[in-house]
Amino acid sequence: MEFLLEISLVGLAVGGVYGLIGLGYVIVYRATRIVNFAHGNIMMFGAYCYFTGAAVLDLPWWAALPLAVTATALLGTAVERLLLRPLEGRSQTVAVMATFGLAAVLHGLVQLLWSARDVFMPPIFAQQPIVLGAMYIPANTGYGALLALAAVGVFLVLFRVTNLGLAMRATASDQVAASSLGINVPAMFNVTWACAAATAALAGVVVGSITTLNPNMGRIGLSVLAVVILGGLDSLAGAILAGLIVGWLEAVTGFYLGASYKDVVPFLVLLTILMVRPHGLLGAPRVERL
Amino acid sequence: MTGPGATDTSANVPSRSGRAEPRRRGQVDAAPHPAALHSAAAAAGGGHAAAARRAGGAALAVAVLVAVPLFGNSYHLHMACLFGIIVISAMGLNLLTGYAGLISLGHAAFMGVGAYGVAWFSSRLGLPFYLCLPLAGLLAAGAGMVTGLPSLRIKGLYLAIATLAAQFILGFVFNEWESVTGGRGGTNVAPAQVGGLLLSTEREMYYPIAAVAVASLLAARNLFRTRVGRAFMAMRDRDSAAEVLGVDPRRYQLVAFGVSSFFAGIAGGFMAYFYKVVTPGQFSFQLSLFYLTAIVVGGMGTVQGVLLGAIFMTATPSALAAVAGVFGPLAAGLLAPLREVLFGLLIVLFLIFEPGGLAGIIGRTRKRIMLITAAKE
Repeated sequence: MEFLLEISLVGLAVGGVYGLIGLGYVIVYRATRIVNFAHGNIMMFGAYCYFTGAAVLDLPWWAALPLAVTATALLGTAVERLLLRPLEGRSQTVAVMATFGLAAVLHGLVQLLWSARDVFMPPIFAQQPIVLGAMYIPANTGYGALLALAAVGVFLVLFRVTNLGLAMRATASDQVAASSLGINVPAMFNVTWACAAATAALAGVVVGSITTLNPNMGRIGLSVLAVVILGGLDSLAGAILAGLIVGWLEAVTGFYLGASYKDVVPFLVLLTILMVRPHGLLGAPRVERL
Repeated sequence: MTGPGATDTSANVPSRSGRAEPRRRGQVDAAPHPAALHSAAAAAGGGHAAAARRAGGAALAVAVLVAVPLFGNSYHLHMACLFGIIVISAMGLNLLTGYAGLISLGHAAFMGVGAYGVAWFSSRLGLPFYLCLPLAGLLAAGAGMVTGLPSLRIKGLYLAIATLAAQFILGFVFNEWESVTGGRGGTNVAPAQVGGLLLSTEREMYYPIAAVAVASLLAARNLFRTRVGRAFMAMRDRDSAAEVLGVDPRRYQLVAFGVSSFFAGIAGGFMAYFYKVVTPGQFSFQLSLFYLTAIVVGGMGTVQGVLLGAIFMTATPSALAAVAGVFGPLAAGLLAPLREVLFGLLIVLFLIFEPGGLAGIIGRTRKRIMLITAAKE
């Protein structure tokens, strides 16, 4: 029982990180109706940027982290401007293939630039495990989850209170109306991609400090795809909730059935939810009008 | 409707036809274009000649295909077999993505089902080669249709995600179901045998692969003159309109998944006989990327595009390896990531700049040449 509780807490912590990654998917989907299959690899790119700052250039974490976030946000704007804007008006299938291609480019590029080996990221958090009664939570997982949830909170507040956030939400809910009110819709798409990439960079740093850093880290992004489908592609709250659920499920199955089962759980959840409730737990059901 | 850009017409159909219509009306009064006259004459008087030319081309193609093993060395034959396998599998993916407008990010996994199917049918049940392959195809078709099952409720984007899930779930099964798949180390496949003849080398595998590749191209081409094929394209171009006309999209989506995976399963089965070993690593995510690149570069929704894509994808990895070989052993380690970057870039660039793929480029060039020659006459 103690074990189950400890495993559950670790799972929930990992789930918090999934929530942060899921946030990136959801804001892009809400604004542009595109599911970004390269999101996991953008996250990996952010983690490598942090690694370069902190380990190669030997910067302290408070300098390396903003640097990584900025560099990744720039990547996000570049992707929107150079890849997705020329494809606007084409079908969703095309956008899926394009982001899939982008994922391959990033995966290869990271190996060319940084090598395919595992590297250790300089620790960003204190290294003593968190002790709760009789339970131990690894420091990186625990603090990472707290950082992730804090980042989610900050982003949500920014969306609510700033003018830019208001413009972004307006664009997401009705492009034509937003445009007629003087909002520069393409620019909002661009900012949205930058924000998503920035959250991805943060998530990458957290994931990279929990595990090690290697070019296959982007795989987690695909597992999180399952999370956002479960939560509902257009629901921010759904992403957080589903992140916690899937994180917990993974930890528990991984503990009882063996580590290799852990990787397949998100995809089983995914297929089930697609058959039973395609719009997810908190997503809006899609109504099609002709 | 198989021209360039036909795969993503949902957004721009109205605007395109809206622009095209007045222009067409204006042309009624104008003098007929020389090219139009030329083609009209060809249609009226030269139908017989065209048929004869086509028959001649087919005879030539068959002669070349039959002659390859007589003149090629084992490297040529190795590449020819790979090419044939790529043609079969890419045709399957193109049926799904190019013709039916559905996308699969898990094509490699269905090939894997076929390959493991062959391994199992031949070693456990001792079935002969000519039974194993179709059975493996059917097995893969079953797996494909199960993956397509969510399509009863969802479409488009969600379906793409479902195929991605299938890729990972099947990959997990290949790795973990050790009693059948042999786990991570994979399983060996005995060489194919027909009667007393052992098909163990490239030279002997060549004819069956070539025959099936040709058959699959012909089958695919003819499929689009049937009710099912036309239903696929109607579904792709405007699914709600297709539904109004009596095409049940759910049923035909399942059929498309089944047919596409059947091709993949056959190709995977050939891979098993060709390499004589089946491992989970062969059917990774990267292979799905490979086939997606093949159809996007070749040209979605055309048989010609499959051939061009397969030629391109057979040649590119060896060309890359040759280039890397010049730079010595250091560059060899960079080969896999380089290939990935290249494939990804090709997908992206072709989608943006040339949605019709190589087939689109060739079609346009041919039209231009015809216009020029017609103008000269």
